Amino acid sequence: MKRFLALALVLLLSFSLISCGEKEAPAAPEATEEETLVVDNDEVDKASLKEITIGLVTDTGGIDDKSFNQGTWEGIKYYAKKFELPEGNISFLQSTSDADYIPNLSQFSEDKKDLMVAAGFLFEESIAKIAADFPDQKILFIDAVVEAPNVLNALFAEHEGSYLVGVAAALKAQDAGKDTVGFVGGMDFDTIQKFEAGFEQGVLAVDPNMKVVIDYVGDFNKPEDGQTLAAKMYDAGVYVIYHAAGGSGNGVIKEAKDRVQNGEDVWVIGVDKDQFSEGVYADGKSVILTSMLKAVYQAAYDTSKLVAQDKFEGGTRIYDLKANGVGIPAVNPNLTEEWTKKIEEYANKIRNGEIMVDPVPSRIK
Amino acid sequence: MLKKRSHLTLSLIAILLSFVVASVVMLISGISPLSFFLSLIRTMTGMNLRAIGKEGFFNARYLGEFIQMAMPIILTGLSVGFAFRTGLFNIGAEGQVIMGSVGAVAVGILFKLPFYIHLPLAIFVAALCGALWGWIPGYFKAKFGVHEVVVTIMMNYTALYLGNFIIKALPGSDNQKTVKLAATSLLHSKFLRQLTGNSRLHWGFIVVIIALFVYHFIIEKTTFGYELRAVGFNKDAAEYGGIKVSSRIAYSMAIAGAFAGLAGAMLTLGTFDYGRVIGTFENYGFDGIAVALLGGNTAFGIFFGGLLFGGLKSSQTLMQASGIPLEIAIIVSALIILFVAMKNGIDLVFEWMDARKRSKDESH
Repeated sequence: MKRFLALALVLLLSFSLISCGEKEAPAAPEATEEETLVVDNDEVDKASLKEITIGLVTDTGGIDDKSFNQGTWEGIKYYAKKFELPEGNISFLQSTSDADYIPNLSQFSEDKKDLMVAAGFLFEESIAKIAADFPDQKILFIDAVVEAPNVLNALFAEHEGSYLVGVAAALKAQDAGKDTVGFVGGMDFDTIQKFEAGFEQGVLAVDPNMKVVIDYVGDFNKPEDGQTLAAKMYDAGVYVIYHAAGGSGNGVIKEAKDRVQNGEDVWVIGVDKDQFSEGVYADGKSVILTSMLKAVYQAAYDTSKLVAQDKFEGGTRIYDLKANGVGIPAVNPNLTEEWTKKIEEYANKIRNGEIMVDPVPSRIK
Repeated sequence: MLKKRSHLTLSLIAILLSFVVASVVMLISGISPLSFFLSLIRTMTGMNLRAIGKEGFFNARYLGEFIQMAMPIILTGLSVGFAFRTGLFNIGAEGQVIMGSVGAVAVGILFKLPFYIHLPLAIFVAALCGALWGWIPGYFKAKFGVHEVVVTIMMNYTALYLGNFIIKALPGSDNQKTVKLAATSLLHSKFLRQLTGNSRLHWGFIVVIIALFVYHFIIEKTTFGYELRAVGFNKDAAEYGGIKVSSRIAYSMAIAGAFAGLAGAMLTLGTFDYGRVIGTFENYGFDGIAVALLGGNTAFGIFFGGLLFGGLKSSQTLMQASGIPLEIAIIVSALIILFVAMKNGIDLVFEWMDARKRSKDESH
């Protein structure tokens, strides 16, 4: 672990040095600790890898969206750094509207990038068209599926990661003598229901008598509605809220921060990335209990390597706990060591198939 | 007598000045202005001046995408320009585009017709929806004297949310988009696609050309257009001269809305082939304001203004690919708008210089 941290520090330093030396390249967003989370159990020699070019096309969220696009780009950057790709071998095109998707994807395909990456189901139509127009272009498509021989789809087992944060929520609530936790979703459809289902099962696995309150904002970009919903839940005695609501979730975090500053004791569980820093209210203290990580960077890294090894094949790959696709952050200041150990036990049980997490919530069955 | 500088000269000077300032901005941020202009040229002509005589010199896809991108902007330019000529400020083109798109999508999904009825019907309904969305603020202005700027801004938001609601309510829609429209309602063309290396160029350019002629004809050649212009020059004088000002205002806004509605049809029937739920405005209407200003509200000027803005928008891909950040491309577009808005100021500067020169000549 120490060596790993040291390596991460060195990487960070070298990155800042390089970025000082750069003049021409567009300013890339600062590296965060996330990129060090890429796991690679199959260390290979750089010489065995082809020197590839990688292009990322972002959706309208842009390269610094603190979500999909940024995470994917971090995975690509990590790959380029680790295997010392020449500068200019990795690049991105940002889209200002969805009318830009096809021209941007065409541009990279005409430039004959060894691998082209796009994230988010908004790209579905465009990827399908480009995959047909450029049958030789290798494409990694994150978080949605296009059936084509040159497209590798990366899907995530969000229910497995949500199970783990459910365990964390229940342990925390038990410890504080509370009996209710809550889930705030963005919109009520199958992708988000997976978060709900895993969370619920994780909570009940620790304490079958615990109550799980479920509600949906109905929108991913309405922080004010998320805040209202969170206020309602906290007033009703909910102790920990797990949000899977994108931008609306920021309202949930804000409400928790407001309450904690007024002396109340409430918590939030973050989603997609480590949201600890977003929940900070005073000298390094955060309302974020832990976060459910969705490791899009892992998919970007793995696939880049596959391409460099000439092993790329179309199809669908599930990024579950076993494939390091989901999980909780390595560092959780608000969890005790005992809890972390317990969560890890559950994680192992899911990995070896002892626990099967159901992606469908109980209210629907 | 001092000759009034022509609108064309002033527009060209404005564009030139904005390019100069943009180059300075690029030099300061360490980016080569040369790649900027080469990208712009490559987008608007398909020619890569870096590879003269080499493979990949000409790529028709850029040309196709560029024209495709310019079409809705020319139409929204016509929309804003038409209202301007009647002395009205149509900020509502954005909302009229959205309603036009929704109308076209609804026809494309709900009807099963042969293409020679289906396609014209979809385009007509798009224009009609846009016209309705333009007529409402026009009516309020004429009847109750409510300023059209206030109403059109509010109508933009109404259109955004109402449009999303209707798109989601159409049969088969999910949270993001509708099902594909019937092929008989689309402007797509295999022929144009093949001709331009798989770009999204579509038959909409015919609609744009007709719209340009109609605009020119109504404004310059008809009594109705004369009345509209009279209202634009001086409302009270027009009223005194026997023109029904209030009805002319409502008609003018409706026609302006119809042009914007057509832009919506270009997007849904041409660029895409499904209806989309949009989170925010896409700025087609707002670009139209700049294009109308740049083009001096004439059909000819709006055509070239629209091409320039389409080129700038469309060249963002190539600029990014050659290492220019997206933000710079956006800054340059903003600079053009800024300088066009300052056109009268530029005129004043020239007049001042002329006056100085004259007084010098006289003193000799």
